[in-house]
Amino acid sequence: MTAKPHRRALRAVAVAAVGAFVMAGCASDDGGPVQLTWYINPDAGGQAELAKQCSDASNGAYNISTSLLPRDAASQREQLARRLAAGDTTMDIMSLDPPFIPELAEPGFLATPPSDLIDRTTSDTLEGAAAGAQWNGEYVTVPFWANTQLLFYRKSVAEAAGLDMSKPVTWDEIMDAAESQDKYLGVQGIQGESMTVWVNGLIESAGGSIVEGDAASVDGLSINLDSEEGKKAAEIVGGIGERGLGGPGISSQDENAAMAQFQGDKGSFMVNWPFIYSATAAAVEEGSVDQSVLDDIGWTTWPEVDKGTESAPPLGGINLGVGADSQHQEEAWDAIECITTPENQAQYMVSNGNPAASSAAYDDPAVREAFPMYQTIRDSLDMAAPRPQTPYYNEVSSGIQETWTPINEVNENTPAESEEFIMSVLNGESLL
Amino acid sequence: MSTTTQSPSTRRDAQGKAPLSDRTRAERRLGWMLAGPAFLVMLLVTMYPIVQALWDSLFSYRLTAPDDRSFVFLQNYWTVLTDPVFLRDLGVTVLITVVTVAVELVLGFALALVMNNVIKSFRGVVRTAILVPYGIITVVSAFAWFYAFDINTGYVNNWFGWLPIIGPDFNWFGQGWSSLIVIMASEIWKTTPFISLLLLAGLAQVPGELNEAAKVDGAGWWQRMYKVTLPSMKAAIMVAVVFRALDAFRIFDNIFIMTNGQYGTETLSLLAYRTSITRLEIGLGSAVSVILFICVLLIAFVAMKVFKVDLAGGKG
Repeated sequence: MTAKPHRRALRAVAVAAVGAFVMAGCASDDGGPVQLTWYINPDAGGQAELAKQCSDASNGAYNISTSLLPRDAASQREQLARRLAAGDTTMDIMSLDPPFIPELAEPGFLATPPSDLIDRTTSDTLEGAAAGAQWNGEYVTVPFWANTQLLFYRKSVAEAAGLDMSKPVTWDEIMDAAESQDKYLGVQGIQGESMTVWVNGLIESAGGSIVEGDAASVDGLSINLDSEEGKKAAEIVGGIGERGLGGPGISSQDENAAMAQFQGDKGSFMVNWPFIYSATAAAVEEGSVDQSVLDDIGWTTWPEVDKGTESAPPLGGINLGVGADSQHQEEAWDAIECITTPENQAQYMVSNGNPAASSAAYDDPAVREAFPMYQTIRDSLDMAAPRPQTPYYNEVSSGIQETWTPINEVNENTPAESEEFIMSVLNGESLL
Repeated sequence: MSTTTQSPSTRRDAQGKAPLSDRTRAERRLGWMLAGPAFLVMLLVTMYPIVQALWDSLFSYRLTAPDDRSFVFLQNYWTVLTDPVFLRDLGVTVLITVVTVAVELVLGFALALVMNNVIKSFRGVVRTAILVPYGIITVVSAFAWFYAFDINTGYVNNWFGWLPIIGPDFNWFGQGWSSLIVIMASEIWKTTPFISLLLLAGLAQVPGELNEAAKVDGAGWWQRMYKVTLPSMKAAIMVAVVFRALDAFRIFDNIFIMTNGQYGTETLSLLAYRTSITRLEIGLGSAVSVILFICVLLIAFVAMKVFKVDLAGGKG
């Protein structure tokens, strides 16, 4: 007797659940808004806000819900690649880190953007950001925001070392300056993605390129580390390691650890992403960092490798792509157009601290107020060079991380060893 | 009592010659009926991925290049087995397994003795205190150890600065050997309670009268430990060692969180993960996984056959 009402209730719940599921699946067919899923990287809530704004602005054409990806870029790539390879039809909009775009574009996992949409959304995109959104010379994603590294410095240290920061400085100059002042240089020596960012920035700044040839196939591409530019990069990385300029924690130092060191008494010069400025400002407000530290921070573009040759700073950011198996590609592209307007990019930059890919966004007074270094960022984004664009980026990057750390062991043989190792991994002869 | 009920046929059975007695056969049947359904479910859940991994390991197959999939037979195994990275990772895995299990066994035994002998009113508190680390999620404990030893946020360098080598500038995660010390220490801290719990069960099985008889005969504490206690709980010790060794051989979380395998701290599980999940090399990664699986089977086999561990216990 007692079991019956219980069972009936259970059945009712089951029917309701199945009904809701079926109705959700059919919603778009009965003329309601199309449900779009946007896979976002974690941020301060800016993408969810833009999703809401654009859903409201679409007049019922679509409704974007966000789905959170893992914290670090490598894990985001893992999840996206697995879903795309499995033919997931919910991959309507994806926030993609530029280095992983060729890997997803090459096997046809990404839908091709309509050319008129590209014309409209990329007319004022900064050069570096535009390069990061392409594969084989064609846009496969739409630039959303772009990141670049700057050279931050403590004005007091630069002054004491007699370095004129109004002009571009070189790596050798800041290394000598830090050493003469008995301070640490802020670089990222951890065995991680930041190592590739650094090595690639050095080689690009010296005029070289890590991957050459037909980057789409293992047989066609060549790794070009054992070169003049590669040796120069090894000289800088190994020099910082050997002279102990990175501080005692260099072998496990990432961007945040470098920032913490830079804020301390031993801070001097640091290459890092612009987020460190807003993070330091927040730390001042919290009381963990003194106001005088924030006032002492200056910035300029990434250091030069050769005096007089403009540097090619590292490029990061997020571009928006649409999955090839998405059921609502047309609406997804409409949504992307809405998300990436210069106004929305400016709003996102102010609220979340991520620099806009659109040049026009930097004219926004709110951006200029929040980012005193906006002009340096804009210049840097125009100079920036993307990391190697190849479907085998992960192998290239992991190979560099493996062979260029710890940095005190980097020497003139490192580029050749690194090149050989990466090629043998690519040919399936070695494990990473 | 038990010896008087033993039938002649079972005694011959122990020598492996005579047929099973009705009772043994009935017991076996009951055992299958009780454990069978669970065994079947386990087989269904595990067989599919195992067979799939075996199949995939014969192909050169990258998830992001599905069209280039090709059959290479045992090529992946050859690549893995002849690679210095694999050999290094195997060495690290064996080192971690041997060191942690040995230390855990000694510590775990000491803790089991404490738990066994502590006066009744404190027994609950002591047991709970000892078991706390085992109740903590491995990833959480890995983060706790990482932050304790990290050069920027850690307090260990501060507290132990009076020891040689250790000082404010010592980077525990800056090179392999010191990273491994932290990894193994955290592993030991986390799983010693598990071993001590198994040993405590073994300790409880040691007949009190044997110990008392030895005491009456004038045996000292050490003699009783070596001649009575340890031999009586051999089965429990071996079960603890085998379980922990199989567990330690598959170590992943601690390393993933603390070093992610940098500076030669990578183990076989991490290599399998990095190859199939990070590199998306399904073929090569499956080969690493299969090799790892075979290693684990080997450990279990060696333990069962060479050391004669009887997991069914009690009957020996």
